[in-house]
Amino acid sequence: MIIKGKAHKFGDNINTDDIIPAIYLVTTAIKELGKHCMEGIDASFPSKVKEGDIIVAGKNFGCGSSREHAPLAIKGCGISLVIAESFARIFYRNCINVGLPIITSQEVCKNINAKDDIEADLLKGEIKNITKNKVFHIDSFPPLLQDIIETGGLIKWYLKGRIFSPKK
Amino acid sequence: MTITEKILALHCGEKKVTPGQFILADVDIALGNDITAPLAIEEVEKLNKKNLPHPEKVVLVSDHFTPNKDKESANQCLVVKKFAKKYAINNYFELGCGGIEHALLPEEGFIYPGELIIGADSHTCTYGALGAFATGVGSTDLAFTMMSGKIWLKVPESMKFIYSGKLREWVTGKDLILYAIGDIGVDGAHYRAMEFRGEAISKLSVDGRLTMCNMAIEAGGKSGIVAPDETTLKYIEQFKIPKSKIKVFESDKDAKYVDIKEYDVGEIEPQVAFPHLPSNTKPVSQAGNVNLDQVVIGSCTNGRLEDLRIAAKILKGKKVHPYLRTIIIPATQKIYLQALKEGLMEIFINAGAVVSPPTCGPCIGGHMGVLAKGEKCLATTNRNFVGRMGDKESEVYLASPAVAAASAVKGKIADPAEVM
Repeated sequence: MIIKGKAHKFGDNINTDDIIPAIYLVTTAIKELGKHCMEGIDASFPSKVKEGDIIVAGKNFGCGSSREHAPLAIKGCGISLVIAESFARIFYRNCINVGLPIITSQEVCKNINAKDDIEADLLKGEIKNITKNKVFHIDSFPPLLQDIIETGGLIKWYLKGRIFSPKK
Repeated sequence: MTITEKILALHCGEKKVTPGQFILADVDIALGNDITAPLAIEEVEKLNKKNLPHPEKVVLVSDHFTPNKDKESANQCLVVKKFAKKYAINNYFELGCGGIEHALLPEEGFIYPGELIIGADSHTCTYGALGAFATGVGSTDLAFTMMSGKIWLKVPESMKFIYSGKLREWVTGKDLILYAIGDIGVDGAHYRAMEFRGEAISKLSVDGRLTMCNMAIEAGGKSGIVAPDETTLKYIEQFKIPKSKIKVFESDKDAKYVDIKEYDVGEIEPQVAFPHLPSNTKPVSQAGNVNLDQVVIGSCTNGRLEDLRIAAKILKGKKVHPYLRTIIIPATQKIYLQALKEGLMEIFINAGAVVSPPTCGPCIGGHMGVLAKGEKCLATTNRNFVGRMGDKESEVYLASPAVAAASAVKGKIADPAEVM
């Protein structure tokens, strides 16, 4: 899967109330959630995003509540990939489970500025900063997670019976 | 192995697990609420199955936007209720029968040593206080667990927190956990199991331990845990759980910890976390002059009986500041009733506080105590992020019920010792 888009940069400890304030948790509709993505920080964010764009953030991205509405809001506003120096753990597993691509890399984050054009080949584990003409290679996921991702998320993974022969 | 590793090994049928290992573990209890369950329910309903394999392991509690705050939240609660009926989930707690999930489950006897509990709510880590492994997950995880009885987990590294010495007056579990979060930061226990030990923890009540484990997530922790002891076993006696089900584990002497923190609690004052991070803590004596518009005493962190008793002790015979709203929220119906019997409600009402039915409402800026632009609130809740309790330009300060009650009287952040 190849992802192309412009980078939107955020700092450390972006929490789930920033990503989708609790008052909007009265729906499970992805597009509706997307309209309020990042409202806690910048209410105009959804209007700045073009389909395919990328979020680049600092440490502990997605900390706070377990709301799966957070990765869904990010997906719903058109973001195709989140790259962060580190992720809070529930947010991380929610992304794996719902199929929002994520990459953990301090090096990549430090080498991307806001509005840089980015191209990511997730299967090859290759990130290109086209604006800066730099290429980075990232580690693949642990086998179990890679298996869930490749199957298309946790529910599909269950339906395909992978639970009985999981990769460890 | 640590106690956490032992519980996880038991639940995946292995003799030994090591940090970093991925496992598929058997789940004893899976929890959902009115915000997180509807997403999980959508996934389960898509499968068109007639039954869930283990409806008795599922617990559903509508507590976040209840009593229903608007049409949309009412609909979410209805989705949860219909699902519970359809799949014969008897552990469904309707308004009036339950309360805030993380106070309710330990009170109803769902939680005991050695269990593995997942909940689609980040504060599920609360239950580690009774010697169980408990962690917050997402809605898709909850759907997966309802369908399969299992959860995928990465075995966490453990981090040990040793609290020695004797607590000062008015210092509680809330202060001990805020102090640790202030020390290590909001990602200081990232992905780790936080194991709380030491003389001060041994002497801490179950309520105090629940408060501590509740906030493990605020340091980025996967779980918090207190090894079961006499206090734990005495507490769960009331539920008459078959002895064979209770697995009392203890960390081995040679168990590996990625880090160990040692605190002398005699040095710890009541703590206040300033906006906008739970790690932004100061001793109350250094809080300065912070005038408040609202005080909230309640939540899954501090809405238990012990919390209400402390608040009542301070508020008895006093009045809250005339320009300040004080909202007191017993976390469950049972706590509410007991507080009523003990005369605590009369003390609160005479002091000028308002008593709310059990709800998570104000903690998430949902309802029942939302803040206006520029307002400042001191709350016994767990998060003080930007806009958490209302307007983006409001402020939240986190502290114990003792500090909250004292602050309500003074109209500004205050040390309980100042008003007693």
